[in-house]
Amino acid sequence: MRKLLSSELQFPHITANRPYSRCCPRMSHYCWFFQSLTLSLCKKLNTQNPKNMAELGAGSPLLGDPALNYQEHELNERLKRLYPAVNEEETPLPRSWSPKDKYSYIGLSQNNLRVHYKGHGKNHKDAASVRATHPIPAACGIYYFEVKIVSKGRDGYMGIGLSAQGVNMNRLPGWDKHSYGYHGDDGHSFCSSGTGQPYGPTFTTGDVIGCCVNLINNTCFYTKNGHSLGVAFTDLPPNLYPTVGLQTPGEIVDANFGQQPFVFDIEDYMSEWRAKIHSMIARFPIGERLGEWQAVLQNMVSSYLVHHGYCATATAFARATETIIQEDPNSIKNRQRIQKLVLAGRVGEAIDATQQLYPGLLEHNPNLLFMLKCRQFVEMVNGTDSEVRCFSVRSPKSQDSYPGSPSPSPRHGANNPHLHSTGADSPTCSNGVTPPNKTKTHSKYPSISSASSSSSSSPSSVNYSESNSTDSTKSQPHSGTSNQETSDSEMEIEAEHYSNGVAENSSSRIMNGTYKHQEILQVDDNSLGNGVAVESCASKQFCGGNQAATERMIQFGRELQALNEQLCRQYGKNTMHKKMLQDAFSLLAYSDPWDCPMGQQLDPMQRESICSALNSAILESQNLPKQPPLMLALGQATECVQLMARVRSGSCSFARVDNFLH
Amino acid sequence: MHAVILKTWFSGEVTATSRHYVDRLFDPDPQKVLQGVIDMKNAVIGNNKQKANLIVLGAVPRLLYLLQQSSSSDMLRTECAVVLGSLAMGTENNIKSLVDCHIIPALLQGLLSPNVSFIEACLRCLRTVFISPVTPVQLLYSDLTVIPHFICLLSQSLHTQEYITQIFSHCYLCLYCSITNSKAFCCCCNTPDHQTVLFNHGAIQNIAPLLNSSSPKVRMQALKCFSVLAYENTQVSMTLVNVLVDGEPLTQVFVRMMQRDKPIEMQLTAAKCLTYMCRAGAIRTDDSSIVLKTLPCLVRMCSKDRLLEERVEGAETLAFLVEPDVDLQRIASVTDHLLAMLADYFKYPSSVSTIADIKRLDHDLKHAHELRQAAFRLYASLGSNDEDIRKKITETENMMDRIVSGLSESSIKVRLAAVRCLHSLSRSVQQLRTSFHDHAVWKPLMKLLQNAPDEVLIMASSTLCNLLLEFSPSKEPILESGVIELLCSLTQSDSPALRVNGIWALMNMAFQADQKVKMEIVRSLGTDHLFRLLSDPDPNVLMKTLGLLRNLLSTRPHIDQLMGSHGKQIMQAVTLILEGEHSIEVKDQTLCILANIADGNTAKELIMTNDDMLQKIKYYMGHSHVKLQLAATFCISNLIWNEEDGSQERQDKLREMGFVDILHKLSQATDPNLCDRAKTAMQQYLA
Repeated sequence: MRKLLSSELQFPHITANRPYSRCCPRMSHYCWFFQSLTLSLCKKLNTQNPKNMAELGAGSPLLGDPALNYQEHELNERLKRLYPAVNEEETPLPRSWSPKDKYSYIGLSQNNLRVHYKGHGKNHKDAASVRATHPIPAACGIYYFEVKIVSKGRDGYMGIGLSAQGVNMNRLPGWDKHSYGYHGDDGHSFCSSGTGQPYGPTFTTGDVIGCCVNLINNTCFYTKNGHSLGVAFTDLPPNLYPTVGLQTPGEIVDANFGQQPFVFDIEDYMSEWRAKIHSMIARFPIGERLGEWQAVLQNMVSSYLVHHGYCATATAFARATETIIQEDPNSIKNRQRIQKLVLAGRVGEAIDATQQLYPGLLEHNPNLLFMLKCRQFVEMVNGTDSEVRCFSVRSPKSQDSYPGSPSPSPRHGANNPHLHSTGADSPTCSNGVTPPNKTKTHSKYPSISSASSSSSSSPSSVNYSESNSTDSTKSQPHSGTSNQETSDSEMEIEAEHYSNGVAENSSSRIMNGTYKHQEILQVDDNSLGNGVAVESCASKQFCGGNQAATERMIQFGRELQALNEQLCRQYGKNTMHKKMLQDAFSLLAYSDPWDCPMGQQLDPMQRESICSALNSAILESQNLPKQPPLMLALGQATECVQLMARVRSGSCSFARVDNFLH
Repeated sequence: MHAVILKTWFSGEVTATSRHYVDRLFDPDPQKVLQGVIDMKNAVIGNNKQKANLIVLGAVPRLLYLLQQSSSSDMLRTECAVVLGSLAMGTENNIKSLVDCHIIPALLQGLLSPNVSFIEACLRCLRTVFISPVTPVQLLYSDLTVIPHFICLLSQSLHTQEYITQIFSHCYLCLYCSITNSKAFCCCCNTPDHQTVLFNHGAIQNIAPLLNSSSPKVRMQALKCFSVLAYENTQVSMTLVNVLVDGEPLTQVFVRMMQRDKPIEMQLTAAKCLTYMCRAGAIRTDDSSIVLKTLPCLVRMCSKDRLLEERVEGAETLAFLVEPDVDLQRIASVTDHLLAMLADYFKYPSSVSTIADIKRLDHDLKHAHELRQAAFRLYASLGSNDEDIRKKITETENMMDRIVSGLSESSIKVRLAAVRCLHSLSRSVQQLRTSFHDHAVWKPLMKLLQNAPDEVLIMASSTLCNLLLEFSPSKEPILESGVIELLCSLTQSDSPALRVNGIWALMNMAFQADQKVKMEIVRSLGTDHLFRLLSDPDPNVLMKTLGLLRNLLSTRPHIDQLMGSHGKQIMQAVTLILEGEHSIEVKDQTLCILANIADGNTAKELIMTNDDMLQKIKYYMGHSHVKLQLAATFCISNLIWNEEDGSQERQDKLREMGFVDILHKLSQATDPNLCDRAKTAMQQYLA
């Protein structure tokens, strides 16, 4: 089971140029779930992969623009890291001052980051301001920018702050309604008023002033040279723009919206709020329903395992938690077998198996059948489908250019090298489902070692402290001493592990029903299981380079064409089918289909969506949910958080679902 | 009536069952004894009454006997230690009884066992005993082999690590309290040696890796150990900066522990470690770990969101950190509205905590004094150098009123802190002239001086010195309140600091004072005592006494009068000092006194008739130190001043003695002041 989870350990990442994003859930949970089995799993995994968590935090650059210069790259990296919850397509972050939204006495230079005063500066009527290009998105949670005073000019009448769109720019920030500022000459704060309040020290040439907007409690504080000056404003309205104002000649300031490292340690401040929000979530009262929650959680875990056909794991889990599996174990195994065939590229066999095991299923789902057949065609090109592979001169083993599992796929292999090796090093148990023949060698705990270890730390272990431990905390509630005995390590576990178990999907959509899992589905029969050969691109040819196979492929293509026409007659035109067919056939137009614009279809990763669709269809036909509840909950949670961003609830930034997935 | 009977019956019942537990410890069958101990363990958990009963019935000596018997099985010995540990978890009385039964040596002996679970049980019990305030720390250090053995045991298990680090950190806590809360209130006093003992046994190297322990409790206790080890200990602090934990410098580990998502206790303790290292000179005050991390962290600890205890510790530690460095004071004073935040410390018990919320009221009351003294201390540190900060402090809401009432609070800690704060603010000329006078702070200050421990007296008299400066409007009323007697009594104190302050205040008072005041000072002080002070071992006392003399000997009539009555003694004292081994400053001050004497009408003659003294002046005119040359020349210049009676004779005599030649030489001196002074003197001859 440990292995199973480690192979599940994939991290979500957004790839804008792909039609879907994938995610992979991992079980973990809140402290109130005393379910010790999952608890022990989480514990193991947490200790196993600390590095991955760091990688997760690092974020990834936006793809697709090779012309990014270094500073912009740095800016994007930093913004991504600071404000991961912000969807810049909906709410772009401020990156510079706006050349349009400024008073005429303001001059901009250096990529619109430097502001200088070019008016007369006779009196306050000559004040001038400039706003940033965009308002601060609520999804930032905590937003921060800094301004360096390059020169205080004649009098140093500089104001740094925030203002709403439309506020008069012939003024310093803070003087008008929906405008807020901290002024350098007197150190006062101006809260929508012409008269300031004593706030902080004055500032002048060489100082770096930071402005932090807390969108969770709608307050703002400033920093001077890296030191927080305390709250300046409360009850801020939404959609404020970073703003600076100058009033006398010679005044020059530079903004830092993330182009450079900040002087103030804003990430430390954010971490405090993240911890606050997380503990708020962890302590969310559930009252009487504790037992109910536990049952729900167990059900979620169990159904997830069943859904993906982790038969042995699911059985072990059910035994440990004393729950019942809805589906017949044989049915699970059947589904598992079919999935493995699809993922191995042996779609023809998968279709046969489905028709044999679930008669009528594909007949009732002509669209699915068509998709499968299309895929079969692609796999023929690939040389992996059994209909062409049987012609191969080489042995099935080495011919199988893609190993039985898609897990060490190029995409994830590159991203997560040690996962790759996990799969390759121990292929026989990489999915955690020990093959049945192995099962027999274990007497009591047939599946996995962690199942046995977890049962030892299951509820019965709580008793341990009572009976065995010497003098526990809870036995001493009345003693006067403040330093109480706490000899039980069990109690610590609860306190430390509070991550919960929902999977996540970091794309904007949750793909109901088309969840693509990428666990290594280890097969019972060895011909698939030990296919760990590394793909050798150089030797790739149509249908494995076999003439007969190619002919078979052509013939199959014709059949497919005929099927399409038949479907058209029956159900009317289907553009999706047409497109699918076109894409598949177009592979033949290239001498090297693996290196062509349509070559992506040949990626084994592409098998996953059809595999998932088939699995869902089978489950639906058995009156079982086509989507595991865990994924539904995950999707629900992700949607909720995104909704929070839209309704300007800043805490969404720190309540992100992926914070709870490790 | 009924209830009483029931109660008697009930307690009788309990005693009977307790008796049964004890009896079973004497069973000849070891197996039954073991079962008896286990049952006893289950019976006492969480039951203080049962614990007390068992102790009264003499279970402890029997348990100790079983624990020490080599014939006892490991299991039995462990269970015995566990029961003892449980008994220790009860009341303080329980611990006293256990210590009286010599439980500590027995348990320490038990640590030599090879059985880890037995060791852990012993350590847990020892931990509980040692962290109790009723146990003398000395018991841990009396046997020199104990500490090294503890350090060896650190590698045994997470539990031994936790208990041992906890013992280490607590056994300093007393010591540490005694220092921070000033020696006057010290409970167990003495011995920074304890730090050295641990240091010498390699505690640092052995505890450092525990900072990365997988157990949060061990991490926390290890961190606490460092905070007590580093406190005012340069040797430890200097070592700490070079320690690496898994390749990471210790200071960085501490900085990491101050991150804002870490537990508050951890942040605070790590900040303490860095503060102590900084104060010991191991980290520069402008290091980013101090300026950008420790200081902001401590300011955060003062915020309203923190627990009262944390706010107290935060403010005290911050006060300690910024005390010597004006830059840190400036930064702290603008960080997160600290000055306003501290004003909140005075609002306990708050109006919210009414009778309705008795628990809160109790809590508030308990911490109210601590909060106030912590705030005063921090204000004192913040305002000790920068005039702007002092101004801001006095402008904080009701600040002066709070100080005034703080000066007369019942808690001595608060009084001390309040007077510290007042002292810090009294360094401001502007505040002396305004707020100090407006709030008549001298009144409570004078009251405080009547009867207080030395600690408070030192601070109060220091403050009084400033209040007696000539531009201070409080000077007059203080004088009228009969302060002279009080100050004179201070000069007789055993404490050098008090003698300095007493004489200093008198010096300030005598500056440009009326003849009446001066005579009053001389009378009160008594000439004998005054001259005794001139031979005081503390050079500061000597300096200020000379300063007093100089101030007394100003303006001609005063000089003549004083010299008329005490001329002989004064000349004697001056001679002694000029002949003795003293610093340049002392000699300079003395020569200035001589110059003042030379300015008198009749007093002049005391010098003119004293050839020995004239020779001395001559000598100092040729001294290598310009300051002394200047003072000596000034003296001669006064003696030969033209417009006074008998100036001709004096000029002649001094010419004969060769002073003119010297003045000639000095008029060519490179120092412009000296040159001018010599020329002016020469002119007296020409006129």
